[in-house]
Amino acid sequence: MTEDRQTRRLVLRLCVLVVAMFGFGFALVPIYDVMCQAFGINGKTAGAYQGDQVQDAERQVRVQFLATNAADMVWTFGPQADEVTVHPGASTQMIFVAYNPTDKPMTAQAIPSVAPSKAAAYFHKTECFCFTQQVLQPGERIEMPVRFIVDRDLPADVRHLTLAYTLFDITARKPPVAQATP
Amino acid sequence: MSAVIDPHHAGHGLTDHHHGPAKGLMRWVLTTNHKDIGTMYLWFSFAMFLLGGSMAMVIRAELFQPGLQIVQPEFFNQMTTMHGLIMVFGAVMPAFVGLANWMVPMMIGAPDMALPRMNNFSFWLLPASFGLLVSTLFMEGGGPNFGWTFYAPLSTTYAPESVTFFIFAIHLLGISSIMGAINVVATILNLRAPGMTLMKMPLFVWTWLITGFLLIAVMPVLAGCVTMMLMDIHFGTSFFSAAGGGDPVLFQHVFWFFGHPEVYIMILPAFGAVSSIIPAFARKPLFGYTSMVYATASIAFLSFIVWAHHMFTVGIPLTGELFFMYATMLIAVPTGVKVFNWASTMWQGSMTFETPMLFSVAFVILFTIGGFSGLMLAIAPADFQYHDTYFVVAHFHYVLVPGAIFGIFASAYYWLPKWTGHMYDETLGKLHFWMSFVGMNLAFFPMHFVGLAGMPRRIPDYNMMFANFNMVSSIGAFMFGATQLLFLFIVIKCIRGGTPAAAKPWDGAEGLEWTVPSPAPYHTFSTPPDMATLEAHRTDPRHD
Amino acid sequence: MSLALWLVFSSAHASWTVNMAPGVTEVSRSVFDLHMTIFWICVVIGVLVFGAMFWSMLVHRRSRGQQPANFHESTTVEILWTVVPLAILVVMAVPATKTLIDIYDTTESELDIQVTGYQWKWHYKYLGQDVEFFSNLTTPRAQINNREAKGEHYLLEVDEPLVVPVGTKVRFLITAADVIHSWWVPALAVKKDAIPGFVNESWTRIEEPGIYRGQCTELCGKDHGFMPVVVEAKSKEDFAAWLAERKTAAAAEKELTSKEWTLDELMARGEKSYLTNCGACHQPTGEGLPPMFPALKGSAIATGPAEGHIDIVINGKPGTSMAAFGKQLSEVDIAAIITYERNAWGNSVGDMVTPQDILAFKKAQE
Repeated sequence: MTEDRQTRRLVLRLCVLVVAMFGFGFALVPIYDVMCQAFGINGKTAGAYQGDQVQDAERQVRVQFLATNAADMVWTFGPQADEVTVHPGASTQMIFVAYNPTDKPMTAQAIPSVAPSKAAAYFHKTECFCFTQQVLQPGERIEMPVRFIVDRDLPADVRHLTLAYTLFDITARKPPVAQATP
Repeated sequence: MSAVIDPHHAGHGLTDHHHGPAKGLMRWVLTTNHKDIGTMYLWFSFAMFLLGGSMAMVIRAELFQPGLQIVQPEFFNQMTTMHGLIMVFGAVMPAFVGLANWMVPMMIGAPDMALPRMNNFSFWLLPASFGLLVSTLFMEGGGPNFGWTFYAPLSTTYAPESVTFFIFAIHLLGISSIMGAINVVATILNLRAPGMTLMKMPLFVWTWLITGFLLIAVMPVLAGCVTMMLMDIHFGTSFFSAAGGGDPVLFQHVFWFFGHPEVYIMILPAFGAVSSIIPAFARKPLFGYTSMVYATASIAFLSFIVWAHHMFTVGIPLTGELFFMYATMLIAVPTGVKVFNWASTMWQGSMTFETPMLFSVAFVILFTIGGFSGLMLAIAPADFQYHDTYFVVAHFHYVLVPGAIFGIFASAYYWLPKWTGHMYDETLGKLHFWMSFVGMNLAFFPMHFVGLAGMPRRIPDYNMMFANFNMVSSIGAFMFGATQLLFLFIVIKCIRGGTPAAAKPWDGAEGLEWTVPSPAPYHTFSTPPDMATLEAHRTDPRHD
Repeated sequence: MSLALWLVFSSAHASWTVNMAPGVTEVSRSVFDLHMTIFWICVVIGVLVFGAMFWSMLVHRRSRGQQPANFHESTTVEILWTVVPLAILVVMAVPATKTLIDIYDTTESELDIQVTGYQWKWHYKYLGQDVEFFSNLTTPRAQINNREAKGEHYLLEVDEPLVVPVGTKVRFLITAADVIHSWWVPALAVKKDAIPGFVNESWTRIEEPGIYRGQCTELCGKDHGFMPVVVEAKSKEDFAAWLAERKTAAAAEKELTSKEWTLDELMARGEKSYLTNCGACHQPTGEGLPPMFPALKGSAIATGPAEGHIDIVINGKPGTSMAAFGKQLSEVDIAAIITYERNAWGNSVGDMVTPQDILAFKKAQE
């Protein structure tokens, strides 16, 4: 029957659509990431910045640092200064200090976020402890640098930036390799 | 999948009763008959309606007065979550699939659904799915307690153990919905009687065709969403976990990409049914048939680009916020067109108000009120005050109860004579309507007030300043809930007996379903109907 | 009848408020105006449409001998009722866009406060001021469980409100430490989701001194309904005085650590701190809500060696809801809570954990 064949073809097409939409659900993940970085959604910043900029001596921007621990994270974690004033285009460094008070080695991941979110795309990190996971042995304290450049094209109405890190305990996910010498 | 039309039935006459239903329980387990399956869908959805409704009663009982009286917050959260899930996926959606099963083949002159065996399977997945979902309530740690929108990380890292069963239940009901939608779309596109062109189809068929495509497009996205949850919980990925480089906000984007079209999935078929019922009781053709079709299609299209209006407070950039605000406001235009068309259909008609008409008119008025609050919610700065308060609860109950539920009641009363061969008890039907109407408004209208006064949703206890209206709400909810038992009684009474119904019990009704006897024989339109008869019955909604 | 009486004579605070309050900031008032504008536009449209429908339902009935007309389309009318609503929408969109742009302008703030949502309390940190504290619900369990009359600010009262100066642009940096919360104060028209891992911004400039109350508005678990937001706006001078006092109070708290505590003193303070910080999950009876929140009454940890007990309170238990309280509470409170847990509800270890023990434990970890 031709009706049979017609139905089979239609159903097949609909099934392809179903599979495609299931795939689309997953495709939303990379699409969202691209959108985030393009528009600074959630204050997300891009990976390591390779460029170099000439500093704008005329203009000054306040950069404020925040450090928050996720609820079950016991490390001490914070910046050495609450804020710095920088010239756009200049490369600046800030040290964050982390300390593991427990008697177990632990792994942590810091997640950066910039406010206001429209400034996120203009905040470049050339070097950051958030690019990698941090493993600390019991009682270990480290100084972790972040080096950044505020883009010269930062919208004129932004005079005040906040760089916030949230520190998560990911020991369960990425068990730290125990060291022979603590 | 290759099963199409049972060759046994091809070529038999309209009134051939030779192949009647099988006897006993196996009739229902193995049936591939669209009427049997439609009946099962409708009974199942009604059972779920009562179950979800009794959970609503628990919620309203706890909220009757400030303080914790009946349940603890833990259990309260499980009740709100399960109430939402069961009403959306268990009551409203299967009821519309049931109506589609019964009515779509009869409206387009087809002998059955295009894929009868798959039809049986998609129904029987539902009891399995909801059995699984409800069983989580008895598991250690309790059932899902993260709201029907199950935002990560509350539903992933912080979820009770039973979340895995919840995910599996969502997968099952998703598969069921997708198969049901494929079946309806295939039936409508391939099994129309000769001469039944697309623009001659009753609007219920049109709205279901569009709903079918919406389901096929978004249920897989929901499946993807819960699959990502499953992987986050059990396989160490971090789609939604910030700690691993994921993003909890992404969850909301994926969920609402499904969720907003889902809202229209629950209302479009009701639009269609009401578009058949109002002309029947106004004894006047539907006003603006063509614009109705285009309005439905544009609502469906717009539903894909407005999802972030559920997320105005998550911190979307200004441009995004403005885009979603404008797009959402735009939906008011096609929706307005529909309301104006219904009102014009009534204008200068010769109206009578039997129960289906009462429910349909209430549908138009109350759904419009829900539309107004929807328009208010679309305004992003104002939404900052409304978001996640009882104002939102009032809004979506105004579109879903008088929208979806009243639409289903109107359809049930309208087609009950065709299904059972008996007229329902008109007095009791009217009583059911008025009790539901009063109860529903009493329950949900005060929610606007407490929401504007500042009461957040999903809380088990509240300050005294919200107490008065909450008590009124609870009384209304109890009234609405109890009234639905009356509906059960009316339906059973109608099945067991009553005035025999004519083939066309409503003098203003139009459509092929009224050309077959009441009750509809087990097999209808085994040979396609003659379009000349069809014209004589004024099936063309645009007929002069 | 008795119901009607109850409604009339019920608690004096119960009200029949039906509308949003205009609030106490410029933004909240423009949001209120926007709300009322759209509301009245909807009312006018509603009166017209429903009026026509009711007229039709009363007049165009078969029982009145009405013969049905037969019109079913009119291109002119249909175009008209597409275009007119569109025009109305544009009129609505203009003020909405203006207000939204205003709300998004967080520049030029004079005071920055970090707001962090926890299950189920808020944490406030005055950036650059060395002042930070948790804000917990203070409504007693007895009121929630209907054993006591409910106070005026039932469920909307906290131990430490967020204090801000009036006439100052205050910027909030909102984030969360566990699940998503949402920080809402209706009178300020500020509602922003607190999302773990990300910061959101919002701002306010309050004009009138006063106390403004709100609640968490994103489902965040069991006690979502029990984490209010209270903002106290003070004059600039009062705020400066308050801030100075907070700084000395923090120093005083450190002194308490070295005080000689008696068991009774610790038990008394412990009971209070326990109910504020632990009671929601482990319950005032110590029986918990198994399996999510285990019982402390008779538990191996609470009746075992003090070392293990201190460890779990300070460091938490990863993978569970048990947070690390070492950074959230003072040494005095931790010591008091542990002492209380070891000697309440029939637990009778009899020993006493002092703030000095906690300090020593923390030192040992370093």
